Amino acid sequence: MKALAARRHHRFAPVVLLLLALLVTGGVYALLAPSPASADSASTQDIETGKKLFQANCATCHGPNAEGSDTVPSLVGVGAAAVDFQVSTGRMPMAANGPQAIEKPAQFDAEQTSQLAAYVASLGTGPAIPTADQVDPAKGDAASGAAIFRTNCAMCHNAVGAGGALSEGKFAPALTDVDPRNIYQAMLTGPQSMPVFNDANVSPDEKRDIIAYLAEQHDGSAGGLTLGALGPVSEGLWAWVVGLGLLIGAAVWIGAKSS
Amino acid sequence: MSENQHSTDVTSADQNTFADPGIPEHQHRRGDVDAAASKRAERQVVVLFAISVIGTIASLVAYFAFRPDGTTSGTRLSTLTLGLGMAFALLGIGLAAVHWAKAIMNDTEVSEERHQLSSPDDVREAAVASLKAGVDDSGIARRGMLKGAALSALALFPLTIAVPLVSSVGGDWNVSKLRHTRWEKGMRLATDPTGRPIKASDVTIGSVFHVIPDVSEKERSSGEWLSEKAKAVVLLIRLDPRDLHEADDRKGWSYDGIVAYSKICTHVGCPVALYEQQTHHLLCPCHQSTFDVADGAKVVFGPAHRPLPQLPITVDDDGYLVAQSDFHEPVGPSYWERLK
Repeated sequence: MKALAARRHHRFAPVVLLLLALLVTGGVYALLAPSPASADSASTQDIETGKKLFQANCATCHGPNAEGSDTVPSLVGVGAAAVDFQVSTGRMPMAANGPQAIEKPAQFDAEQTSQLAAYVASLGTGPAIPTADQVDPAKGDAASGAAIFRTNCAMCHNAVGAGGALSEGKFAPALTDVDPRNIYQAMLTGPQSMPVFNDANVSPDEKRDIIAYLAEQHDGSAGGLTLGALGPVSEGLWAWVVGLGLLIGAAVWIGAKSS
Repeated sequence: MSENQHSTDVTSADQNTFADPGIPEHQHRRGDVDAAASKRAERQVVVLFAISVIGTIASLVAYFAFRPDGTTSGTRLSTLTLGLGMAFALLGIGLAAVHWAKAIMNDTEVSEERHQLSSPDDVREAAVASLKAGVDDSGIARRGMLKGAALSALALFPLTIAVPLVSSVGGDWNVSKLRHTRWEKGMRLATDPTGRPIKASDVTIGSVFHVIPDVSEKERSSGEWLSEKAKAVVLLIRLDPRDLHEADDRKGWSYDGIVAYSKICTHVGCPVALYEQQTHHLLCPCHQSTFDVADGAKVVFGPAHRPLPQLPITVDDDGYLVAQSDFHEPVGPSYWERLK
């Protein structure tokens, strides 16, 4: 400690401290940043297996016949799309009560998910899981998608789908790493805080356009670093801390007497 | 100068203050006493200029090597390499110039004493006398006509700037425009931006439609449309009718749980459209004003003062949603003439 204390007045000490602080912040973020989940769609439909899975894993909250209760939604008529969205993104089964069910590694594999979906779909008609063709970004028109996204989605999910905050701990998740199938299902079923955008509101072709627009955002920004695409917060932080810091450093260097 | 004495002669009056230490002794730079150090500084400047030259060459190479190919990553590579080359080209020149001045040019220290700010008394008296002579010579005190003419000319001239400025900044002064929107009785509600009329049966529970008046394609491409749309945008939401609490005088303004509210925040006019389906709260992204859609869009949080204006709606014979009338109050933020 003595050796360290002797050097704390060294003229590079603030710089070393700043770098250390940045490194620690970056390291902590890298450790805590959520990891993306992935899932594939499946085709086998076994309502009976799905029912058993449901009763073992979901019935505690949603009731033995998926009828729900005062605080838990009924799943009759929510359709296969809702189940596939919630289960394949790991939102259901919920690990704990919170402001909203958060994305986590999926608990069921693709086959089990499709069995669960088949069972819930058998309880009442609801939106079906979209086909691969319906969610193919290559077939959508990104320019039309951008116009529809700006009006219908950008206020919560950010202009490039980087996500944003809602009230009381709820948030609209980032759409950067979401499976196109899940994007389509979310619009169709309106999970949690999200409203429903049915086919009369945003037609199936327009939904595919939105998916194409979001796929286009994977390339990042043509202008350079996006800084999280969070707008004035991250940009302001960089401008004030890094930009002004460099300017002050330059002013100090110009004013200091040469040794 | 006698009244300034205590400010110039502090040390003799007060024993507690310390004496003026004077200018510190001149410290020679390494380059001034050591020829090798001087040579080194010179080399450093040359290296900095060389960095600038390399930056310029790199920028030119980047211009020819990485042409934007229409893809996002191609454009990014092009602008990034061009910009980095330019940055080093200019940074090298700047750093070299400053380093040159600091390390190689002479470092003779010069001190300048502060002097009295006001001019000497005789100069001031001469100036006042000269001004007085000018005023007497012009005869402005005696010649009333001349004085009036000069003042009128000077007072009127600013109008040449003020009138065009005020008239173009204000656009037109017809504030009644703020009281009315494009909505009228029987006008269909259409989706934004696609312009499809909306059937009541298409609005499922939990749905949110972003709505514009169903005007002709021609009107939508006109220059006026953006101003009209800015006032007329509406958010259409269907709630479970059991969740909906309506004031008695607005019972007939919704249709089977479908309500339509202005999307323009009553605080400063941002588009309020963050709708939480489960809480029925509608958030404004600018200042977090929160409106309760289930309860007449009343303000439950944030700086907004008034509920969002509600658009009375019903259905026409073909099942399409139509407006019963325009909004019953001006949409958007307060203004002087709003009187409420």
